[in-house]
Amino acid sequence: MTASTAAPPIAVADVVMRFDGDRGSVTALSNVTATLPAGGFTSLLGPSGCGKSTLLRILADLIEPTSGDVSVLGSSPRDRRTNRDIGFVFQDSALLPWRTAIGNVRLPLEVGGGVPEGRRTRSAEELLDLVGLKGREKAYPHELSGGMRQRVSIARALICAPKVLLMDEPFGALDEITRDRMNVELLRIWEETGTTIVFVTHSIPEAVFLSQQVVVMSAHPGRINEVVPIDLPYPRTMESRDDPRFGRMASHLRHLLEKS
Amino acid sequence: MTETALSARTARAGTPSSRRRRRNTWRKMMPPLVTIVSLVVLWQLIVLIFRIPDYIIPSPIDVLKSFREDYAVLLDNLWPTALESVLGFLAGNIGAIILAIVFVHWKTMERAFFPVAVFIRTVPIVAIAPVLVVILGYGYSPKIIIAALISFFPTLVNMTRGLQAVDSQSLELFKVLSASRREVFFKVRIYASLPYLFSSLKIAATASVIGAIVAEWIGSQQGLGYLIIQATYNFRVPLLWATMIVASIFATVFFAVIGIIEKFVVTWDAEEAA
Repeated sequence: MTASTAAPPIAVADVVMRFDGDRGSVTALSNVTATLPAGGFTSLLGPSGCGKSTLLRILADLIEPTSGDVSVLGSSPRDRRTNRDIGFVFQDSALLPWRTAIGNVRLPLEVGGGVPEGRRTRSAEELLDLVGLKGREKAYPHELSGGMRQRVSIARALICAPKVLLMDEPFGALDEITRDRMNVELLRIWEETGTTIVFVTHSIPEAVFLSQQVVVMSAHPGRINEVVPIDLPYPRTMESRDDPRFGRMASHLRHLLEKS
Repeated sequence: MTETALSARTARAGTPSSRRRRRNTWRKMMPPLVTIVSLVVLWQLIVLIFRIPDYIIPSPIDVLKSFREDYAVLLDNLWPTALESVLGFLAGNIGAIILAIVFVHWKTMERAFFPVAVFIRTVPIVAIAPVLVVILGYGYSPKIIIAALISFFPTLVNMTRGLQAVDSQSLELFKVLSASRREVFFKVRIYASLPYLFSSLKIAATASVIGAIVAEWIGSQQGLGYLIIQATYNFRVPLLWATMIVASIFATVFFAVIGIIEKFVVTWDAEEAA
């Protein structure tokens, strides 16, 4: 590995994603170009159908774009995936119900030919501690609340110490109080791990609270409207929401979403 | 510190909760027990009040007497039926599980063979039994085959569904982890199918006993089905009823055994899985 002064970002250029169905094709993404800095926290914000989840899946190499160039920190999504550089957190935790919390966190070590040689992994116990679930290692998913299940799935996504953490509306199904608390903890985890986070959401306050920049998208066809930097200082706490700048950013984003 | 306090509380709560569970079991057992006892009493009363002769409807006491006098005959004839139904159950279900695995991996095979399986299902068992007796004679094999056939279809359908009952996010997760199809099969599909499999095994357990008995009617020299026919022709109605009860007790025990195995295998919340 060569050490570079400025780590290459996540870059997408002219990405088009068309799904061909029985009743014609649907353009989910139309000429999307964006740069998401390495180590940064970027949110993809937009209404449903704007292609934000599709873009995330392209970065994870779950789907291949119809055309366009994608580079994840200087490599192709496929190389990043096979090298275990990508952690993915799904909307509903996608835990295996027959495995305990710790068993679920360890799953990535057991499949896909295990971990590439020389790759640093983290201990499952330590990660459960990091996400605030120390003492619940032996619990089954049905014994955990929705918020706890999502914490387990974050720990699972982090076990291979990924360079990129892709999160697809991870807190969308949680109540607001739990969601706010999870947001604070996610920032703590981001700080602790230094990983690049791409976070899909349709909540304006969530996007403002978490991100360094928000990519605002609109639908039919899915495209990028504007990239809005959020210059509120970190560490952000619950009180950051009371900052007048927070409200201004939020209303700016709302205007952008309404305009589209 | 909070966890220690919590775990201490759960540890202390252990005894009362297990006592409560025992009380709950008792409360759950009571209604069916009361119903069964009252039905037997009612049966006895009806036979007494209407003076029904024992060659039409024997009283519970007559049936009990038959149990005492004929228990050797009943037991001798239970074993063949038990053997046929258990072997048939095993053969039918193992066959169905293997075919379901094939179906899930090769869609073409499913398209090719599923209609055949449905066709076999629609042929009445009472019609297949004589055919098999003609071909295979009076031994165990036609009974085992009938019991197997009856077990086969529900498990084939359920197991195929169960192996496919994997949500799209789990499949995406395994793709992100670069997992092979083999890993998806052994780490997800197998487990996802187990709740489905057990619900069909429970159906198959009782159905295989019926299958074996029906096959014995057509042609055999032993077994509960044979005993039913013999008792009917000889007007030994109390023995007929006793045979019927033995058959249903055996089927119930078979069902319960599968249920107990399920409790040990499916330790997670199956609702969540399905």
